[in-house]
Amino acid sequence: MLRFSKSKIIFTMGIIVIGLLLAVPSMMSREQRLSFQRSLPGWVPSWLIPSRAIVLGLDLQGGSHVLLEVDVQDLMRTQTVQLRDDVRRILRETRVSPAGGIQVTPRGAQIRVPDVAERDRVLPKLRELSQPLGSAVLGQGGSRDLDVAVTPDGLITLTYSEAGVNEKVRRAVEQAIEVIRRRIDVTGTTEPSIQRQGADRILVQVPGLQDPQRLKELLGRTAKLEFRLLAQPGAADVDMLPMREEAGNRVPVERRVIVDGSDLVDAQPAFDSRTQEPIVNFRFNIRGAQRFGQATTEAIGRPLAIVLDNEVISAPTIQSAITGGAGQISGRFTVQQVNDLSILLRAGALPAKLTIVEERTVGPGLGQDSIEAGKKATYVATIFVVIFMFATYGLFGLFANIALVVHVGLIFGLMSILEATLTLPGIAGIVLTIGTAVDSNVLIYERIREEFRSGRSMVSAIQAGFDRAFATIIDSNSTMAIAAVILFFLGSGPVRGFAVVFILGILTTVLTAVTLTRMMIALWYHWMRPKTLPF
Amino acid sequence: MRLIRLWPDDSRFDFMKFRRFSFPFSAILSLATVILLLTVGLNFGIDFKGGTLMELQAKSGKADVAKVRGAAEGFGFGEVEVQEFGSAGGISLRFAIQSGGEAAQSAVVQKARDTFGAEYDFQRVETVGPRVSGELVQSGTIGIILAVIAVLFYLWFRFERELAVGAIIGTLHDIVLTLGFFVITRHEFNMTSIAAILTIVGYSLNETVVVFDRTRELMRRYKTMPSVELLNLSINNTMSRTVMTAVTTALSLLALVMFGGRAIEGFAQVMLYGVVICTYSAIFISSPMLIYIGLRGSEAARTVGGKVAPAE
Repeated sequence: MLRFSKSKIIFTMGIIVIGLLLAVPSMMSREQRLSFQRSLPGWVPSWLIPSRAIVLGLDLQGGSHVLLEVDVQDLMRTQTVQLRDDVRRILRETRVSPAGGIQVTPRGAQIRVPDVAERDRVLPKLRELSQPLGSAVLGQGGSRDLDVAVTPDGLITLTYSEAGVNEKVRRAVEQAIEVIRRRIDVTGTTEPSIQRQGADRILVQVPGLQDPQRLKELLGRTAKLEFRLLAQPGAADVDMLPMREEAGNRVPVERRVIVDGSDLVDAQPAFDSRTQEPIVNFRFNIRGAQRFGQATTEAIGRPLAIVLDNEVISAPTIQSAITGGAGQISGRFTVQQVNDLSILLRAGALPAKLTIVEERTVGPGLGQDSIEAGKKATYVATIFVVIFMFATYGLFGLFANIALVVHVGLIFGLMSILEATLTLPGIAGIVLTIGTAVDSNVLIYERIREEFRSGRSMVSAIQAGFDRAFATIIDSNSTMAIAAVILFFLGSGPVRGFAVVFILGILTTVLTAVTLTRMMIALWYHWMRPKTLPF
Repeated sequence: MRLIRLWPDDSRFDFMKFRRFSFPFSAILSLATVILLLTVGLNFGIDFKGGTLMELQAKSGKADVAKVRGAAEGFGFGEVEVQEFGSAGGISLRFAIQSGGEAAQSAVVQKARDTFGAEYDFQRVETVGPRVSGELVQSGTIGIILAVIAVLFYLWFRFERELAVGAIIGTLHDIVLTLGFFVITRHEFNMTSIAAILTIVGYSLNETVVVFDRTRELMRRYKTMPSVELLNLSINNTMSRTVMTAVTTALSLLALVMFGGRAIEGFAQVMLYGVVICTYSAIFISSPMLIYIGLRGSEAARTVGGKVAPAE
């Protein structure tokens, strides 16, 4: 029957009131929210007052969205070079000299050790380089990051396994996120969001940023700093590296790295006291200072190459042992360049090169225009539908309209507590649900009418109308929900915002169009005792 | 008190008769769309094609399209589409994807900023590299296929097989004709378009499901009624609701078309068209399709057997 228990009424109204209250902060500006919070008497606990406002997407707020991808090839290049160094150390320790030296392959390294005794000496050590993946407890089938294979004629191949590469990429992404955060923090940008996306991507979103050029410059450089000695003629293990100031000119640099950027504790832009040239002053940690001191003591008179991202910035001759753990980098820089370089050095090197695979920037003016347009469309759509519903269903139309307004409010409220992001397509979604939300009411009302005209009493017709329409409402909303959920998992950014609004809209429509409307009609019936339908 | 009645009560309109027109009509349109898709093709946006899109707003309020086009073509970044758009002073530039990997795309933006930065505000800059656009094509296609399959299963579960097949034919019809709309209007086809198509899938099924719910109910009530009559009755019974919902949805979309601004306008236009197509196909395609799929055959045999309680 058309009877609601008191507890059910209180429960439903409670949910609706809370939902609407949650939407209130989103309707206020930031200043209004803050001044309202300050105006509250002290005894009101702060958690009681909804304060979360809907997060606006970058397309509404303005800002930059940059999607970066870890360059797996570059990462593996670094990894294989490190592997080569490890292999070389093992060969030295076991006093094995392979025929033809160490070959670096795209996914690992290989050496040829024809002598069986030597092979038996070196193999166990090489196998130690391979690390088990995942926790042993979970027992991932004992997979390891490095596969060591031997052919009968003595070719030893070390290859990073698929899982090994994935693990390296995963770690590289984690490290890169940390480095990116440090680099962006220095620039004083407000509330950047840095997230992993997929296996090898990082999404950087910076609200309010107009020209992401500087951001891209900061993120586009690996900033791998190394101090290496220039090679003496005839030396083995030499890299030919380009000089920064002399295009096309390459110099031989020892492969051995004395100290690298990870041993820096500080880097600051400064001016050379004699030449007034912009320079970067740096300090090493204790380990770095010791190594640097020892190396410079042994190599007085030889040129020291300062290598940044595989480019020799400068190669000053070591005049005396540098044991203080401090030094400077000069290389005909501009002021901007030394500023950036010291930021990069302080933040540390990226584990691999990052490529920008997608970039979207919206100016704040356009975002504001979109919000205004969205508001206008929402109001107009509401007015259209409200008038139309009232003209068609009279009093019942009014009930549906109240439910409609509550419905929109609840979408905002839910989005606020879920911290969902409102995007431009999301606004389109809200406007669209204004049109579709009344569908449930229409289904119910048309059914009530039909039942009433087929000779049922008022109460019985209303009851049957709700009951019979309910199955249809569930079916039709479910099909809509399926499409929306797929869109949610499929889309990213703005489109996902649309899916969120649509899913929430489907959920709240059942509460407002069915339960709330039914309650209003029940109360109306009990007060007025009407004999006929108002439409 | 009721001021508007869009559809008369107790209508006995013979909708099924129209299948002689609607079937060939839709078949021709669908075929034409497929041919157009294969020959002319969709106007893919940078989401799917890759490339760079820029929206500039003249600071003076007056945009010099010819000058911008001339300068942009002189960049040496290949083909560039320059168009006026929106309110006074708006220009959009679309550069094709640059060969030379992901980094090469950035050069386009930098060059444009340097050249036009003094006279124009950059309101929107979007660059999508080849890898991301490839993935978006993939996920967009998978999404639509997945949606159709998921809904097919839902309908199979909730309805009889015949009804599910009828509903899916209607939905595929709507998807194809929506793509046709994209081809003919040259609307840019991007991720938002995928959202529009998925919403149309949802709406299309919504329409069909409401009619079929009634068909199922009537089938149980009138066990001997012929299919054509039964389907006609289902549509007539639900027609006032169908019209109401189409109108309220269309009204809200109309508000979006009029006031939603340039970025949403396209989406709203497609949806508006979709509402018309979905309403049409639910009545004139999906339902009459059931005559041929064989509504009674299996259904009658199964329900008469006593599985379903008779209507009161």
